[in-house]
Amino acid sequence: MTPTYYLLLSALLFAIGAIGVLVRRNAIVVFMCIELMLNSVNLTLVTFARINGSLSGQVMAFFVMVVAAAEVVVGLAIIMSIFRTRRSASVDDSNLLKY
Amino acid sequence: MLYTALVLAAGPTTDHIGPGEAITFWILGPLAVAGALGMLFARNAVHSALWLVLTMLSLGVLYMVQQAPFLGFVQIIVYTGAIMMLFLFVLMMVGRDSSDSVVEVLRGQRLWAGILGVGLAGLVVGIVFRSLNLVTAAGLAGPNGTGGGNVAQIGRSLFTDFLFPFELTSALLITAAVGAMILAYTGRGAKGGKRTQREMMVARFRGEHDRPSPLPGPGVFATANSVATPALLPDGSIAPESLSEIIEATQVTEFEHDLAEVADTEPGPDPHALTGTETTHEEVRS
Repeated sequence: MTPTYYLLLSALLFAIGAIGVLVRRNAIVVFMCIELMLNSVNLTLVTFARINGSLSGQVMAFFVMVVAAAEVVVGLAIIMSIFRTRRSASVDDSNLLKY
Repeated sequence: MLYTALVLAAGPTTDHIGPGEAITFWILGPLAVAGALGMLFARNAVHSALWLVLTMLSLGVLYMVQQAPFLGFVQIIVYTGAIMMLFLFVLMMVGRDSSDSVVEVLRGQRLWAGILGVGLAGLVVGIVFRSLNLVTAAGLAGPNGTGGGNVAQIGRSLFTDFLFPFELTSALLITAAVGAMILAYTGRGAKGGKRTQREMMVARFRGEHDRPSPLPGPGVFATANSVATPALLPDGSIAPESLSEIIEATQVTEFEHDLAEVADTEPGPDPHALTGTETTHEEVRS
């Protein structure tokens, strides 16, 4: 077994997250899929840190976690305010700029 | 020459993956994928969140296995502890039954998204496997083994090499907190805000509610003052509004004795006697 398996796992998780973003219609679930993609990239960074023998990859993953936390807070607040005005959390209903 | 000597002194340059790590990976890797697929296919958003928690916990343990104990604990604390709880809070506020609509706005979008996603997975997996199949890990025994271990080394790296990005992180976090407060704040005068007492009274007498006054409270007898006791109207009948819908009311027959005393059809206890007429509970019921 080589560390490549971790990279394959994270590639699989990333693809599943991408499918979820495209397929799911609930804005919160779409957001969760984005979190999954961020997590898989974190796994890639940790694995590369191990392959290269340097801790910089782990520091990168740490920064990704911080940015993800901030992003989740703002994104969920935006979803809440959209829900408050449109009474819906579906991404199909946010079409005010459509026409 | 000196570099080689240093590397040799630091320990083995290749990182061998032992059977324990392999077993951990082959248990937790499929669990992580199962969690991701469960999140993808669960109809209920709360179930999606819980499946994602499974994936994140598995990834956290995989970080620890991969010589990143600090990141593993941060993953569990921050992601599954904070972020997923935030998700669940918002799900509960937005309404957990806000499931996906089955209507496709773009025709065939789900099918094509699935095909493209599977294609992306195949492509990325193939490329990673072809390019990195024979790679050997240098291992983190060197950095993790010197100067206080993994946490201390990450801290040193954060406050020396990555100091400026780290400071930017603080600005980002403050901006995110303020932005979330502004976005989620509903002012006092907003729609659905709290009405004053005077407005409530006017609305009551205009007929927005069923009755202008509060509902009558439960009855109080000498033998019972519970919520289940019905209140009596002046003619001795039961006020139906005093009965709770969810609590089974006490039968009126249990209070016949009390009612008779109140209605003066039965002599009550002698007020001059030190001890009243002994009426046991059984007699009241009979």
